[in-house]
Amino acid sequence: MNDKILNFAVRYGFLILLVGLIVYFSLAAPGFFGPLSAAFVLQSVAVTGILALGVTCTLVVDGFDLSIGAVATSALMLSAYSMVILEHPTIVAVLLCLGMGALVGLLNGLLIVKFRVPDLLATLGMMFLLIGVQRIPTQGNSIATGMTLSDGTVAEGTFSAAFLWLGRHRFDVFIERLLPMPVVIFVVIAVVIWLFLGFTRHGRLMYAIGSNARAASLVGTPVNRYKIAAYMISGVTASIGGILLAARLGRGDIASGNNLLLDSVAAALIGFAVLGAARPNAFGTAIGALFVGILLQGMTMMNAPYYTQDFVKGAVLVAALVFTFYLSSRRSGAGH
Amino acid sequence: MSDAALHVSGLKKSFGRNRVLRGVDVTLAPGSVTVLMGANGAGKSTLVKAICGHHRADGGQMTLAGRPFDPADVADAISRGVVTVHQSIDDGVIPDLDVANNLMLDRLVDGQDGLFVRDRRLRAEASKVAAEMGLTVNMRTRVSDLPVADRQMIAIARAMVRAPKVLILDEPTSSLSATEAARLFDLIDRLRAQGVAILYISHRMSDIRRVAERIVVMRDGAISGVFDTRPLDYEAAVTAMLGHRMNEVDIRQRTGTTPLLELTELQIREGAAPITLTVRDGEVVAFVGLLGSGKSRLADILSGLSHPLGGIMRINGTRYAPRSVEEAVGKAVFLSPKDRGTNAVIPGFDIADNMTLPFLRGVSLGPFLSTRRQHKRTGDMVERVGIVCQSVRDGIGTLSGGNQQKVMIARWLLEPAQVLLLDEPFQGVDIGARRDIGRHIRATAQGRATLVFLAEIDEALEIADRIVVMNEGTIVGEHISDAINLAALVADITGPDGPETGLHP
Repeated sequence: MNDKILNFAVRYGFLILLVGLIVYFSLAAPGFFGPLSAAFVLQSVAVTGILALGVTCTLVVDGFDLSIGAVATSALMLSAYSMVILEHPTIVAVLLCLGMGALVGLLNGLLIVKFRVPDLLATLGMMFLLIGVQRIPTQGNSIATGMTLSDGTVAEGTFSAAFLWLGRHRFDVFIERLLPMPVVIFVVIAVVIWLFLGFTRHGRLMYAIGSNARAASLVGTPVNRYKIAAYMISGVTASIGGILLAARLGRGDIASGNNLLLDSVAAALIGFAVLGAARPNAFGTAIGALFVGILLQGMTMMNAPYYTQDFVKGAVLVAALVFTFYLSSRRSGAGH
Repeated sequence: MSDAALHVSGLKKSFGRNRVLRGVDVTLAPGSVTVLMGANGAGKSTLVKAICGHHRADGGQMTLAGRPFDPADVADAISRGVVTVHQSIDDGVIPDLDVANNLMLDRLVDGQDGLFVRDRRLRAEASKVAAEMGLTVNMRTRVSDLPVADRQMIAIARAMVRAPKVLILDEPTSSLSATEAARLFDLIDRLRAQGVAILYISHRMSDIRRVAERIVVMRDGAISGVFDTRPLDYEAAVTAMLGHRMNEVDIRQRTGTTPLLELTELQIREGAAPITLTVRDGEVVAFVGLLGSGKSRLADILSGLSHPLGGIMRINGTRYAPRSVEEAVGKAVFLSPKDRGTNAVIPGFDIADNMTLPFLRGVSLGPFLSTRRQHKRTGDMVERVGIVCQSVRDGIGTLSGGNQQKVMIARWLLEPAQVLLLDEPFQGVDIGARRDIGRHIRATAQGRATLVFLAEIDEALEIADRIVVMNEGTIVGEHISDAINLAALVADITGPDGPETGLHP
């Protein structure tokens, strides 16, 4: 009987907590329960969520990608540089960013599998490098139309309407102009990664690598290729996050995206606790991102000061980790 | 036994229901070397861990120089003069510190010299210790920069700083070259002369011939033989270690006709004689030999994990030289590796995922896995091999060791193999499961060459049509199962006399 309760708690505890939160905020904070508020929550977690889905892929192969935040801000700066200073069309700017993300992922992967640098250190180094690189072309300044460049000329380019549409367009659902484009992209990526990790043989092999890489290689799995692929997925999703951020802001703001890394890693780790998976999974990651978003939105509406936000996120993360590692280890039997 | 340095009697130790030591009696005399032999899982390391204070025994007594000895922990055992040098050298040294600090580490730990390290005095004392041991290395060299043999010497020298009464060496030569080992043996001679009682654990016959004054053999958690009359009967010791209780073997000899796997002049190791061998269609060939005889190396080469130094492999007459496991699996050469825990089981997966892991493409529709197909194929296999479980969705961790092993073997029976390599397929498996697996391997043997790599003779007799004996990286004998001459087989495994092994023509 005790085992059953524990099992139930491990499986559904986090989802019940989520529903409980929604009910509580709906009663306590007028205006919380409604399409506008929901759209706001989704909007606030879309970019973090996209990054978190990428890092989930690296967690699946028992890796870790600390460079995602830096990749996102690099994509933000790169898109601004490309459109505002080089005056590229939208499609070029977007492809440049995606290519940059894939390249960074490839480099991360090569550092890890070929040069045997531990994953945390390789991606930490890459993060540092990217944070530095993105400042060099503009001498550390943000990029906006009309800024004076180092050679005295003035940047003439602008963010195209099509590019801004990616970050600012809102679809009509229930209410006119409700659902923001980034949320749609977040949901699409979440579904794709969920299908990929959970239901394709590639996903299954990646989980096998994460669980016992040696055993996976001894059945003929190309372990290194899958690991590199995981980092490339992570790099590309992070660059998508950066593009959406740039499109929403409409300028190459050097200071934005500071919190992206911690928030998205937290979402992916909170995801371990969802449905008692005790391992990285796309559904859990999406729920984890949403959980943090709902909690912050509710607290904001109840007039909690903004500076308590990081404290709350940290508390949720620690609780989720205890949930995952302590309770799951006490659960009788293995399997999933 | 008042003159014994260490006397162990009736030592018992269980882990859960697994009785690892079932009443072991051993006596170590001062100034002599006792060699402890035993196959994997015989209980050697548990015995060592009980003596060196790592495990508390469940029953039995130990006396050290006539006084009761029941170490509370490793530090207690060391302080009373029982010192162990473990197989993994880097457990015995701190790689990032220099030689002097390593030798004097215990001085640093006991704290008698106060807070600050006086480097000059430390080095002077360390030099003295090194000189006593015949060690000639610079005291300031970082241990990580030294060759393995020197590190091993330092680990032993560190042990000697404590002036032990009993020294336990667990496979000390496993990573040493022949000349390096010779230095170690000189050191052992010197320690013996100083009156230290030495327990020497090894699988290498050449080592054992060099140092042993007595041989104690363990099997299944008990002493299965003690040999102390000169000249030592090494073959009897190997027999006591591997056992050869004739089981009711029911092997109908199959010789096959078509050659399937041909090895020509295959050299698997530096300095080893090349191997030439043909395995025919439908044949089950067992490779036996002691640890380090080259069995696993041969399995690795056939499965694409490592590459031969020379020679040619052919399958069905076609050249076969896999560069990777992936390529080998693509050519239907499957290896079920030994040590399933580290090499085969995916702990987070259920039975179905574990079993189908190499062949996920076959149970997919496009990129998507078809759970239905996966379950159908694994369900059939579960029936045929006799895996005891509720459903194929059960986590692999819920199964007993024997059933896990069945899943790992069944994994490679899902698709037809050209060459099936099974490295220690009966590891940690009870006799019932062993019979099930053996029967199934023989029943499906037609259409492929099956190579089984085994340490135990019993197991080889149970499964093979032909037994090939390996030693020093090459084939030293061949025996047909239904006309087995056990004495000759054991002699082949033990190897020729003398420390220098003659190469087989």
